[in-house]
Amino acid sequence: MNSRRKILASATTHAPFELASQGAETISLLAVGRPGIFVRLTRDWAAIVGLSIVFLLVGLALTAPFLAPHDPAAQHLSERLQSPSLTFPLGTDNLGRCILSRLLFGARLSLGFAGVTSLLVLLLGVVVGAVSGFAGGFLDAVIMRVVDLVLAFPLLLLALAITGFIGNGIGSVLVGVVSVWWASYARIVRGLVLSLRERPFIEAARAGGVTPIRIITRHVIPNVIPPIIVLATLEMGSLLLAISGFNFLGLGVQPPTAEWGAMLNDGRPFLRSAPQLMIYPGLAISFAVMGFNLLGDGLRDTLDPRLK
Amino acid sequence: MKRYVLIRFLSLVPLWLGISMLAFLLSNLAPGDPATVIAHRLSDAPPSEEQIATLRREYHLDDTLPLRYARWLGSAAQGDLGISYRTKEPVLMELATHFPATLQIACAALVIALAIALPLGVLAAVRRGSWLDHAARVGALLGASLPSYWLGYLLILLFALALGWLPVAGRDGTGAMILPSLTLGLGTAATLARLTRSSLLEVLGEDFVRTARAKGLSEWAVLWHHSLKAALLPVVTVTGIAFGHLLGGAVIVEGIFAWPGVGNLLINSIYDRDYPMIQGFVLFMGAVFTLLSTAVDLSYAWIDPRVRYANKRRIGR
Repeated sequence: MNSRRKILASATTHAPFELASQGAETISLLAVGRPGIFVRLTRDWAAIVGLSIVFLLVGLALTAPFLAPHDPAAQHLSERLQSPSLTFPLGTDNLGRCILSRLLFGARLSLGFAGVTSLLVLLLGVVVGAVSGFAGGFLDAVIMRVVDLVLAFPLLLLALAITGFIGNGIGSVLVGVVSVWWASYARIVRGLVLSLRERPFIEAARAGGVTPIRIITRHVIPNVIPPIIVLATLEMGSLLLAISGFNFLGLGVQPPTAEWGAMLNDGRPFLRSAPQLMIYPGLAISFAVMGFNLLGDGLRDTLDPRLK
Repeated sequence: MKRYVLIRFLSLVPLWLGISMLAFLLSNLAPGDPATVIAHRLSDAPPSEEQIATLRREYHLDDTLPLRYARWLGSAAQGDLGISYRTKEPVLMELATHFPATLQIACAALVIALAIALPLGVLAAVRRGSWLDHAARVGALLGASLPSYWLGYLLILLFALALGWLPVAGRDGTGAMILPSLTLGLGTAATLARLTRSSLLEVLGEDFVRTARAKGLSEWAVLWHHSLKAALLPVVTVTGIAFGHLLGGAVIVEGIFAWPGVGNLLINSIYDRDYPMIQGFVLFMGAVFTLLSTAVDLSYAWIDPRVRYANKRRIGR
């Protein structure tokens, strides 16, 4: 979470370029061209626990159809709000649906949405940031003003407002989130590109007559990817929180879809009578976010051990 | 310094223009023909073609985009952000009446967060590696990982339903404020505690701390007189930013506790497709956040002379 704050700090202190490029400098110094990250990572307990949680959840999500005892949408109306039993290991919800099965299938959506959004955000941020840093001049100035504008808001608020204008549905939630979350990536990638531009090997490529597009795709982007992957991991947790939050508000997936945030929303009316309807999905979200946060923290500590 | 303050506030003007453009363009994302939408929203009876045409003329909807933006910005500058479809009240009035409630829980949440984070962060740094440090780390991890929209219900379950100490929802009395503020503040407390810890650790490794110890000062004096002030500088900046995020995070928390702030207003406006309200919200909150971050920057320059002098040199050049 700290690096998110750092990114935001650079956004709001209006000394964005210095701060962002400083951060980028640190990341690039530590990450670019230093192999063995994963070897060092295995010595960090937080990273190991985080990685295990993430692998476990992804594994459960992938094998949900085999593990789930019931169809997640099947209603057993005679067995509503049951306590845990052999047939329903975590009990049933208000429509007699198996909570465990819904959680397992929910993992596919909750993790899937976060994963897809993360990829889209990464793609957009890297492309825009690389173009901005490499083009310089007017285009760079325009792009960076747009980035300033987006980062002038708390991410969640602007994403909510955009979703509010486009309309309900998971599609518009993802559009809302992606169209806001890319901005901090673009700024960091731009900083990385600016520092890379001055490196001798890029200068050599340019002197050798390599076209700018080829320099970006062949020399710049491959060097930007590793540090950005770290950022993306740090961000997975907050993306999952945000998207499940939208679903909790009822703006994204619609009933009867089994998604963790949506399950929380479905459980709201039964907080008093059947709190387990809200406890389980909340635990699932927290567990997943914790996994991503631990992994991200571990990655960062491994790359930047000074503050450990 | 005066010049610096002036320049910083003037630099808000282009940013606000940008925010207004963003708010205007976003409202054009809304699906459907605007005139038809407005006609449907303003009267309960199905509108006639004629009424729609009148509205189209009245709202100048056939003009070009830049012209409409200029006209809209002109009235927005005079405080006219349109009429809410949902409540039929002026948008600016709605925002102004709901904002104090949001400010109230955001401030309370900040106080709670600081009250938890500062002592915990300092203790964790001083007793580095102790059980307390580990406990603080686990607590910080939990605080960063639990969704507020779940934590809020857990707190309701415990303090409102099981123990019956506090009300479930609403804004009656100070007791009602506690749960929303706590829900909002705990996540921030986690971030601030970690930051305080790492910042203090960094300072404790500095040469001047070694010097202070070498000349025989007590650990307490080293900590209190020499380290804390330097260590809290980054905490001040992040606290300012965190406050902005508390205002933002209030959106979800207010919904849980039926707290009548701007967050609740936004969510209800989204449910109800109240486009003028959402647009007004973007404009209003954009202005609030940029003002806030400028104020944070200025306070930082005021606390840390190094920033001030660096800026003076940059501007003087």
